[in-house]
Amino acid sequence: MRSNVTEYEMIAPATLEAVLQTMAAEPGEYLPVAGGTEVMVMLGVGKLAARKLLSLGGLKELRFICESDDVVTIGAGTTFTDIRKSKVIAAEFPLLAQAAGWTGSIANQNRATLGGNIVNASPAADSPPALLAYGATLEIVSARGVRTLPYSEFHKGYKKTALEPDELLRTITLPRKFAGWFQRSRKVGTRNAQAISKVAMAFVAKKDGGVVTEIAIGGASLREMPIRCTAAEDAVRGKTLDAAVIAAARAAMTGEIVPIDDIRSTGKYRVQVIGNILEEFLKELAQS
Amino acid sequence: MAITFTVNGEKRTVDVPPVSRLLDVLREELHLTGTKEGCGEGECGSCSVMMNGELVNSCLVPVLQADGATICTIEGMSKNGEMHPIQKKFLECGAAQCGICTPGMVLAAHHLLEKTPQPTMEQIREGLAGNLCRCTGYQRIFEAVAQCATENAELLATSESK
Repeated sequence: MRSNVTEYEMIAPATLEAVLQTMAAEPGEYLPVAGGTEVMVMLGVGKLAARKLLSLGGLKELRFICESDDVVTIGAGTTFTDIRKSKVIAAEFPLLAQAAGWTGSIANQNRATLGGNIVNASPAADSPPALLAYGATLEIVSARGVRTLPYSEFHKGYKKTALEPDELLRTITLPRKFAGWFQRSRKVGTRNAQAISKVAMAFVAKKDGGVVTEIAIGGASLREMPIRCTAAEDAVRGKTLDAAVIAAARAAMTGEIVPIDDIRSTGKYRVQVIGNILEEFLKELAQS
Repeated sequence: MAITFTVNGEKRTVDVPPVSRLLDVLREELHLTGTKEGCGEGECGSCSVMMNGELVNSCLVPVLQADGATICTIEGMSKNGEMHPIQKKFLECGAAQCGICTPGMVLAAHHLLEKTPQPTMEQIREGLAGNLCRCTGYQRIFEAVAQCATENAELLATSESK
Protein backbone atom coordinates (compact mmCIF):
# COMPACT_ATOMS: atom_id res chain seq x y z
CA MET A 1 0.00 0.00 0.00
CA ARG A 2 1.14 3.52 -0.74
CA SER A 3 2.68 5.50 2.10
CA ASN A 4 0.95 8.45 3.71
CA VAL A 5 3.13 11.37 2.66
CA THR A 6 2.01 13.49 5.59
CA GLU A 7 4.01 11.15 7.86
CA TYR A 8 7.30 12.11 6.22
CA GLU A 9 9.50 15.13 6.76
CA MET A 10 11.91 16.40 4.14
CA ILE A 11 14.38 19.24 4.34
CA ALA A 12 16.76 20.64 1.73
CA PRO A 13 19.77 22.35 3.33
CA ALA A 14 21.39 24.85 0.98
CA THR A 15 24.98 23.68 1.42
CA LEU A 16 26.94 20.46 1.94
CA GLU A 17 28.21 21.88 5.22
CA ALA A 18 24.62 22.31 6.46
CA VAL A 19 23.80 18.75 5.34
CA LEU A 20 26.74 17.37 7.34
CA GLN A 21 25.81 19.44 10.42
CA THR A 22 22.27 18.05 10.28
CA MET A 23 23.60 14.50 9.99
CA ALA A 24 26.05 15.12 12.85
CA ALA A 25 23.34 16.51 15.13
CA GLU A 26 21.10 13.46 14.71
CA PRO A 27 23.20 10.60 13.26
CA GLY A 28 21.11 8.08 11.36
CA GLU A 29 17.89 10.09 11.73
CA TYR A 30 17.92 11.50 8.22
CA LEU A 31 18.03 9.51 5.00
CA PRO A 32 19.89 11.46 2.30
CA VAL A 33 17.97 11.59 -1.00
CA ALA A 34 19.68 12.56 -4.24
CA GLY A 35 17.60 11.90 -7.38
CA GLY A 36 14.90 9.99 -5.49
CA THR A 37 14.65 7.21 -8.07
CA GLU A 38 15.04 4.53 -5.39
CA VAL A 39 13.65 6.28 -2.31
CA MET A 40 10.43 7.37 -4.05
CA VAL A 41 9.82 3.82 -5.28
CA MET A 42 10.16 2.58 -1.68
CA LEU A 43 7.80 5.36 -0.57
CA GLY A 44 5.32 4.40 -3.26
CA VAL A 45 5.07 0.80 -2.06
CA GLY A 46 4.94 1.75 1.62
CA LYS A 47 8.40 0.36 2.41
CA LEU A 48 10.31 3.52 3.27
CA ALA A 49 11.26 3.07 6.92
CA ALA A 50 13.05 6.42 7.35
CA ARG A 51 10.60 9.18 8.26
CA LYS A 52 13.03 12.08 7.91
CA LEU A 53 14.55 12.77 4.51
CA LEU A 54 17.40 15.07 3.62
CA SER A 55 17.39 16.32 0.03
CA LEU A 56 20.78 16.61 -1.69
CA GLY A 57 19.09 17.41 -4.99
CA GLY A 58 20.13 21.03 -5.41
CA LEU A 59 23.72 20.77 -4.15
CA LYS A 60 26.08 21.90 -6.92
CA GLU A 61 29.00 20.95 -4.64
CA LEU A 62 28.18 17.30 -5.30
CA ARG A 63 27.62 17.52 -9.06
CA PHE A 64 30.78 17.76 -11.14
CA ILE A 65 33.29 15.77 -13.18
CA CYS A 66 36.80 17.08 -12.62
CA GLU A 67 39.96 16.00 -14.47
CA SER A 68 43.54 16.22 -13.27
CA ASP A 69 46.67 14.64 -14.75
CA ASP A 70 46.31 11.39 -12.81
CA VAL A 71 42.65 11.03 -11.92
CA VAL A 72 39.08 11.84 -12.84
CA THR A 73 36.93 12.77 -9.85
CA ILE A 74 33.16 12.51 -10.05
CA GLY A 75 30.89 14.21 -7.53
CA ALA A 76 28.43 11.81 -5.90
CA GLY A 77 25.51 13.95 -7.13
CA THR A 78 26.53 13.56 -10.79
CA THR A 79 23.66 12.09 -12.78
CA PHE A 80 23.94 9.18 -15.20
CA THR A 81 23.06 11.63 -17.98
CA ASP A 82 26.04 13.80 -16.92
CA ILE A 83 28.25 10.69 -17.06
CA ARG A 84 26.96 9.73 -20.52
CA LYS A 85 27.74 13.26 -21.77
CA SER A 86 31.29 13.37 -20.39
CA LYS A 87 33.99 13.18 -23.04
CA VAL A 88 36.72 12.03 -20.65
CA ILE A 89 34.56 9.20 -19.30
CA ALA A 90 33.58 8.10 -22.82
CA ALA A 91 37.24 8.11 -23.89
CA GLU A 92 38.95 6.55 -20.86
CA PHE A 93 36.23 4.82 -18.83
CA PRO A 94 33.88 3.47 -21.49
CA LEU A 95 32.57 0.73 -19.20
CA LEU A 96 31.23 3.39 -16.82
CA ALA A 97 29.60 5.27 -19.70
CA GLN A 98 28.06 1.99 -20.85
CA ALA A 99 26.77 1.22 -17.33
CA ALA A 100 25.25 4.72 -17.12
CA GLY A 101 23.32 3.97 -20.31
CA TRP A 102 22.10 0.70 -18.82
CA THR A 103 20.74 2.37 -15.70
CA GLY A 104 16.98 2.79 -16.04
CA SER A 105 15.39 4.93 -18.74
CA ILE A 106 16.53 8.35 -19.89
CA ALA A 107 14.05 10.00 -17.51
CA ASN A 108 15.65 8.04 -14.66
CA GLN A 109 19.20 8.74 -15.89
CA ASN A 110 18.34 12.46 -15.75
CA ARG A 111 17.65 12.17 -11.99
CA ALA A 112 19.57 9.16 -10.65
CA THR A 113 23.09 9.81 -9.37
CA LEU A 114 26.29 7.78 -9.27
CA GLY A 115 26.54 8.31 -5.51
CA GLY A 116 22.97 7.14 -5.00
CA ASN A 117 23.62 4.02 -7.04
CA ILE A 118 26.64 3.19 -4.86
CA VAL A 119 25.14 4.01 -1.46
CA ASN A 120 21.84 2.28 -2.20
CA ALA A 121 24.09 -0.80 -2.35
CA SER A 122 21.90 -3.04 -4.45
CA PRO A 123 23.78 -6.24 -5.37
CA ALA A 124 22.32 -5.81 -8.88
CA ALA A 125 23.25 -2.14 -9.41
CA ASP A 126 24.66 -1.19 -12.80
CA SER A 127 27.63 1.05 -11.99
CA PRO A 128 29.53 -1.04 -9.36
CA PRO A 129 31.09 -3.60 -11.76
CA ALA A 130 32.78 -0.83 -13.77
CA LEU A 131 33.81 1.11 -10.64
CA LEU A 132 35.30 -2.04 -9.12
CA ALA A 133 37.17 -2.93 -12.31
CA TYR A 134 38.59 0.61 -12.53
CA GLY A 135 39.76 0.52 -8.90
CA ALA A 136 37.66 3.51 -7.81
CA THR A 137 38.39 5.33 -4.55
CA LEU A 138 35.63 6.92 -2.48
CA GLU A 139 35.89 10.11 -0.49
CA ILE A 140 33.57 10.05 2.51
CA VAL A 141 32.81 13.20 4.48
CA SER A 142 31.17 14.06 7.78
CA ALA A 143 31.26 16.98 10.20
CA ARG A 144 34.15 15.06 11.83
CA GLY A 145 36.32 15.17 8.72
CA VAL A 146 37.22 13.41 5.50
CA ARG A 147 38.39 9.87 4.79
CA THR A 148 39.10 7.89 1.66
CA LEU A 149 38.33 4.25 1.07
CA PRO A 150 38.96 1.89 -1.84
CA TYR A 151 35.54 1.16 -3.34
CA SER A 152 36.33 -2.56 -3.11
CA GLU A 153 36.07 -2.18 0.71
CA PHE A 154 32.79 -0.24 0.72
CA HIS A 155 30.21 -3.03 0.47
CA LYS A 156 30.03 -5.10 3.64
CA GLY A 157 27.09 -7.41 2.94
CA TYR A 158 23.55 -7.30 1.58
CA LYS A 159 22.72 -3.58 1.52
CA LYS A 160 25.38 -3.00 4.20
CA THR A 161 28.09 -0.41 3.60
CA ALA A 162 31.09 1.11 5.35
CA LEU A 163 29.23 4.42 5.84
CA GLU A 164 28.75 5.60 9.42
CA PRO A 165 25.34 7.15 10.22
CA ASP A 166 26.70 10.72 10.03
CA GLU A 167 28.71 10.17 6.84
CA LEU A 168 28.03 11.05 3.24
CA LEU A 169 29.73 9.91 0.04
CA ARG A 170 31.22 13.01 -1.60
CA THR A 171 33.31 11.84 -4.57
CA ILE A 172 34.32 8.84 -6.65
CA THR A 173 37.85 8.96 -8.06
CA LEU A 174 39.14 6.90 -10.99
CA PRO A 175 42.84 6.54 -11.90
CA ARG A 176 43.60 7.61 -15.48
CA LYS A 177 45.62 4.59 -16.49
CA PHE A 178 43.27 2.56 -18.64
CA ALA A 179 43.82 4.12 -22.06
CA GLY A 180 44.83 1.29 -24.39
CA TRP A 181 43.70 -1.46 -21.98
CA PHE A 182 41.39 -4.24 -23.09
CA GLN A 183 37.99 -3.25 -21.67
CA ARG A 184 34.71 -5.13 -21.88
CA SER A 185 31.43 -5.23 -20.00
CA ARG A 186 28.21 -7.13 -20.35
CA LYS A 187 24.83 -6.92 -18.68
CA VAL A 188 22.41 -9.78 -19.05
CA GLY A 189 18.83 -8.67 -18.42
CA THR A 190 15.36 -9.55 -19.56
CA ARG A 191 15.22 -6.67 -22.03
CA ASN A 192 17.56 -3.86 -23.04
CA ALA A 193 15.67 -0.92 -21.57
CA GLN A 194 15.76 -0.47 -17.81
CA ALA A 195 15.78 -4.10 -16.78
CA ILE A 196 17.52 -5.00 -13.53
CA SER A 197 20.43 -7.30 -14.29
CA LYS A 198 20.40 -11.08 -14.00
CA VAL A 199 24.19 -10.77 -13.98
CA ALA A 200 26.62 -8.04 -15.03
CA MET A 201 30.38 -7.99 -15.41
CA ALA A 202 33.05 -5.39 -16.15
CA PHE A 203 36.49 -6.55 -17.21
CA VAL A 204 39.75 -4.65 -17.79
CA ALA A 205 43.13 -6.17 -18.58
CA LYS A 206 46.53 -5.46 -20.05
CA LYS A 207 48.98 -7.80 -21.76
CA ASP A 208 52.71 -7.62 -22.24
CA GLY A 209 53.79 -9.95 -24.98
CA GLY A 210 51.43 -12.85 -24.45
CA VAL A 211 51.35 -12.46 -20.67
CA VAL A 212 48.42 -10.90 -18.80
CA THR A 213 50.13 -8.35 -16.56
CA GLU A 214 47.06 -6.58 -15.19
CA ILE A 215 43.47 -7.70 -14.77
CA ALA A 216 40.46 -6.51 -12.77
CA ILE A 217 36.97 -7.96 -12.85
CA GLY A 218 33.90 -6.43 -11.19
CA GLY A 219 30.52 -8.12 -11.04
CA ALA A 220 26.92 -7.53 -10.00
CA SER A 221 24.23 -10.02 -9.03
CA LEU A 222 26.97 -12.58 -8.37
CA ARG A 223 26.42 -12.63 -4.63
CA GLU A 224 24.89 -10.51 -1.84
CA MET A 225 26.85 -7.42 -2.84
CA PRO A 226 28.84 -6.13 -5.82
CA ILE A 227 32.29 -7.78 -5.85
CA ARG A 228 35.76 -7.83 -7.35
CA CYS A 229 36.37 -11.37 -8.61
CA THR A 230 39.88 -11.64 -7.20
CA ALA A 231 40.18 -15.43 -7.41
CA ALA A 232 39.47 -15.37 -11.14
CA GLU A 233 41.91 -12.47 -11.53
CA ASP A 234 44.65 -14.38 -9.65
CA ALA A 235 44.12 -17.41 -11.88
CA VAL A 236 45.00 -15.26 -14.91
CA ARG A 237 47.51 -12.64 -13.75
CA GLY A 238 51.05 -13.39 -14.89
CA LYS A 239 49.89 -16.18 -17.19
CA THR A 240 49.75 -16.71 -20.91
CA LEU A 241 46.15 -17.38 -21.85
CA ASP A 242 45.52 -20.91 -23.04
CA ALA A 243 42.62 -23.33 -22.63
CA ALA A 244 43.89 -24.58 -19.26
CA VAL A 245 44.29 -21.06 -17.80
CA ILE A 246 40.84 -20.05 -19.04
CA ALA A 247 39.30 -23.18 -17.51
CA ALA A 248 41.11 -22.50 -14.24
CA ALA A 249 39.85 -18.90 -14.20
CA ARG A 250 36.30 -20.10 -14.77
CA ALA A 251 36.59 -22.62 -11.96
CA ALA A 252 38.06 -19.96 -9.64
CA MET A 253 35.21 -17.60 -10.40
CA THR A 254 32.60 -20.26 -9.81
CA GLY A 255 34.14 -20.69 -6.36
CA GLU A 256 33.85 -17.01 -5.38
CA ILE A 257 30.31 -16.29 -6.51
CA VAL A 258 27.07 -17.18 -4.71
CA PRO A 259 24.28 -16.16 -7.05
CA ILE A 260 20.71 -16.53 -5.81
CA ASP A 261 17.43 -17.81 -7.20
CA ASP A 262 15.03 -14.89 -7.52
CA ILE A 263 12.28 -13.42 -9.66
CA ARG A 264 14.76 -12.51 -12.42
CA SER A 265 16.68 -15.75 -12.78
CA THR A 266 18.05 -18.84 -11.07
CA GLY A 267 21.40 -19.27 -9.38
CA LYS A 268 22.21 -22.17 -11.71
CA TYR A 269 21.62 -20.04 -14.80
CA ARG A 270 23.66 -17.21 -13.35
CA VAL A 271 26.68 -19.46 -12.65
CA GLN A 272 26.56 -20.77 -16.21
CA VAL A 273 26.14 -17.42 -17.93
CA ILE A 274 28.76 -15.55 -15.88
CA GLY A 275 31.24 -18.34 -16.63
CA ASN A 276 30.41 -18.05 -20.33
CA ILE A 277 30.94 -14.30 -20.28
CA LEU A 278 34.28 -14.66 -18.48
CA GLU A 279 35.41 -17.23 -21.04
CA GLU A 280 34.34 -15.03 -23.91
CA PHE A 281 36.26 -12.04 -22.52
CA LEU A 282 39.37 -14.13 -21.88
CA LYS A 283 39.28 -15.61 -25.38
CA GLU A 284 38.94 -12.12 -26.86
CA LEU A 285 41.78 -10.92 -24.66
CA ALA A 286 43.94 -13.82 -25.83
CA GLN A 287 43.42 -12.76 -29.44
CA SER A 288 43.79 -9.02 -28.80
CA MET B 1 5.02 23.42 3.08
CA ALA B 2 4.78 26.16 0.44
CA ILE B 3 6.34 25.16 -2.87
CA THR B 4 6.62 27.65 -5.72
CA PHE B 5 7.41 26.64 -9.27
CA THR B 6 6.66 27.65 -12.82
CA VAL B 7 4.28 25.29 -14.54
CA ASN B 8 3.61 25.74 -18.25
CA GLY B 9 4.84 29.32 -18.06
CA GLU B 10 2.78 30.30 -15.02
CA LYS B 11 4.13 30.79 -11.51
CA ARG B 12 2.21 28.60 -9.06
CA THR B 13 2.43 28.13 -5.30
CA VAL B 14 1.03 25.08 -3.56
CA ASP B 15 0.88 24.12 0.11
CA VAL B 16 1.59 20.38 0.27
CA PRO B 17 3.68 17.89 2.27
CA PRO B 18 7.29 18.06 0.98
CA VAL B 19 7.46 14.36 0.07
CA SER B 20 4.31 14.54 -2.09
CA ARG B 21 4.93 13.19 -5.54
CA LEU B 22 5.17 15.91 -8.19
CA LEU B 23 2.69 13.76 -10.15
CA ASP B 24 0.03 14.09 -7.45
CA VAL B 25 0.61 17.80 -7.00
CA LEU B 26 0.19 18.39 -10.74
CA ARG B 27 -2.96 16.31 -10.97
CA GLU B 28 -4.69 16.96 -7.67
CA GLU B 29 -3.60 20.46 -6.67
CA LEU B 30 -3.22 22.05 -10.10
CA HIS B 31 -5.76 19.81 -11.87
CA LEU B 32 -3.36 19.17 -14.73
CA THR B 33 -4.68 15.68 -15.34
CA GLY B 34 -2.97 15.21 -18.71
CA THR B 35 -0.03 13.71 -16.80
CA LYS B 36 -0.98 10.07 -16.19
CA GLU B 37 -0.03 7.57 -13.54
CA GLY B 38 0.94 4.15 -14.84
CA CYS B 39 3.22 2.06 -12.66
CA GLY B 40 4.08 4.66 -10.01
CA GLU B 41 7.64 3.35 -9.82
CA GLY B 42 9.52 4.95 -12.69
CA GLU B 43 9.27 2.02 -15.10
CA CYS B 44 6.58 3.11 -17.57
CA GLY B 45 7.05 6.81 -18.35
CA SER B 46 3.33 7.67 -18.34
CA CYS B 47 3.95 10.45 -15.81
CA SER B 48 6.82 12.02 -17.79
CA VAL B 49 7.12 15.79 -17.56
CA MET B 50 9.94 18.20 -18.37
CA MET B 51 11.61 19.69 -15.29
CA ASN B 52 14.26 22.36 -15.89
CA GLY B 53 14.50 21.15 -19.48
CA GLU B 54 15.04 17.49 -18.57
CA LEU B 55 12.61 14.61 -18.95
CA VAL B 56 11.69 13.17 -15.53
CA ASN B 57 9.22 10.67 -14.14
CA SER B 58 7.03 12.90 -11.99
CA CYS B 59 6.02 9.92 -9.79
CA LEU B 60 9.62 9.80 -8.51
CA VAL B 61 10.11 13.50 -7.81
CA PRO B 62 9.40 14.61 -4.23
CA VAL B 63 7.79 18.00 -4.73
CA LEU B 64 10.33 19.67 -2.45
CA GLN B 65 12.94 18.96 -5.13
CA ALA B 66 10.75 20.78 -7.66
CA ASP B 67 10.74 23.99 -5.57
CA GLY B 68 11.85 26.80 -7.87
CA ALA B 69 11.82 24.54 -10.94
CA THR B 70 10.39 25.19 -14.38
CA ILE B 71 8.00 22.45 -15.38
CA CYS B 72 6.30 21.65 -18.66
CA THR B 73 3.43 19.16 -18.76
CA ILE B 74 1.50 17.93 -21.78
CA GLU B 75 -0.92 20.85 -21.25
CA GLY B 76 2.01 23.22 -21.86
CA MET B 77 2.87 21.74 -25.24
CA SER B 78 0.04 23.42 -27.14
CA LYS B 79 0.15 27.19 -27.66
CA ASN B 80 -2.95 29.38 -28.11
CA GLY B 81 -5.15 26.38 -28.72
CA GLU B 82 -2.80 25.10 -31.41
CA MET B 83 -1.26 21.65 -30.95
CA HIS B 84 2.49 21.28 -30.89
CA PRO B 85 3.88 19.85 -34.16
CA ILE B 86 4.73 16.61 -32.34
CA GLN B 87 1.12 16.25 -31.21
CA LYS B 88 -0.15 16.91 -34.74
CA LYS B 89 2.19 14.27 -36.10
CA PHE B 90 1.03 11.74 -33.50
CA LEU B 91 -2.53 12.41 -34.67
CA GLU B 92 -1.67 12.10 -38.37
CA CYS B 93 0.26 8.88 -37.87
CA GLY B 94 -2.36 7.23 -35.66
CA ALA B 95 0.22 7.07 -32.87
CA ALA B 96 -2.37 7.25 -30.07
CA GLN B 97 -4.57 4.32 -29.16
CA CYS B 98 -6.01 4.23 -25.64
CA GLY B 99 -4.11 7.43 -24.84
CA ILE B 100 -2.64 6.66 -21.42
CA CYS B 101 0.96 6.57 -22.61
CA THR B 102 0.52 9.39 -25.13
CA PRO B 103 1.31 12.44 -22.96
CA GLY B 104 4.51 10.78 -21.74
CA MET B 105 5.42 9.65 -25.26
CA VAL B 106 4.94 13.19 -26.60
CA LEU B 107 7.14 14.67 -23.86
CA ALA B 108 9.80 11.98 -24.30
CA ALA B 109 9.75 12.67 -28.05
CA HIS B 110 10.02 16.40 -27.35
CA HIS B 111 13.01 15.84 -25.05
CA LEU B 112 14.68 13.60 -27.65
CA LEU B 113 14.14 16.03 -30.52
CA GLU B 114 15.43 18.95 -28.47
CA LYS B 115 18.66 17.11 -27.67
CA THR B 116 18.93 15.28 -30.99
CA PRO B 117 16.97 17.12 -33.71
CA GLN B 118 17.73 14.47 -36.35
CA PRO B 119 17.62 11.14 -34.49
CA THR B 120 18.19 7.81 -36.18
CA MET B 121 15.54 5.13 -35.71
CA GLU B 122 17.79 3.56 -33.09
CA GLN B 123 18.03 6.85 -31.21
CA ILE B 124 14.23 7.20 -31.39
CA ARG B 125 13.85 3.71 -29.92
CA GLU B 126 16.30 4.53 -27.14
CA GLY B 127 14.75 7.94 -26.49
CA LEU B 128 11.33 6.35 -25.99
CA ALA B 129 12.56 3.15 -24.30
CA GLY B 130 11.40 4.38 -20.89
CA ASN B 131 7.82 4.80 -22.10
CA LEU B 132 5.63 1.73 -22.27
CA CYS B 133 2.58 1.45 -24.51
CA ARG B 134 0.39 -1.47 -23.46
CA CYS B 135 -1.63 -1.21 -26.68
CA THR B 136 1.81 -1.90 -28.23
CA GLY B 137 1.39 0.68 -30.98
CA TYR B 138 5.10 1.43 -30.95
CA GLN B 139 5.67 1.41 -34.69
CA ARG B 140 3.33 4.31 -35.38
CA ILE B 141 4.79 6.24 -32.47
CA PHE B 142 8.31 5.76 -33.84
CA GLU B 143 7.06 6.79 -37.29
CA ALA B 144 5.48 9.94 -35.90
CA VAL B 145 8.74 10.93 -34.23
CA ALA B 146 10.76 10.09 -37.34
CA GLN B 147 8.45 12.26 -39.46
CA CYS B 148 8.75 15.14 -36.96
CA ALA B 149 12.50 14.90 -37.29
CA THR B 150 12.53 15.09 -41.05
CA GLU B 151 9.60 17.44 -41.73
CA ASN B 152 9.65 19.82 -38.81
CA ALA B 153 13.29 20.04 -37.81
CA GLU B 154 13.40 23.81 -38.12
CA LEU B 155 10.13 24.43 -36.31
CA LEU B 156 11.09 22.10 -33.48
CA ALA B 157 14.45 23.77 -33.06
CA THR B 158 12.78 27.10 -32.37
CA SER B 159 10.03 25.77 -30.09
CA GLU B 160 10.89 26.28 -26.44
CA SER B 161 9.82 24.08 -23.59
CA LYS B 162 8.24 26.08 -20.83
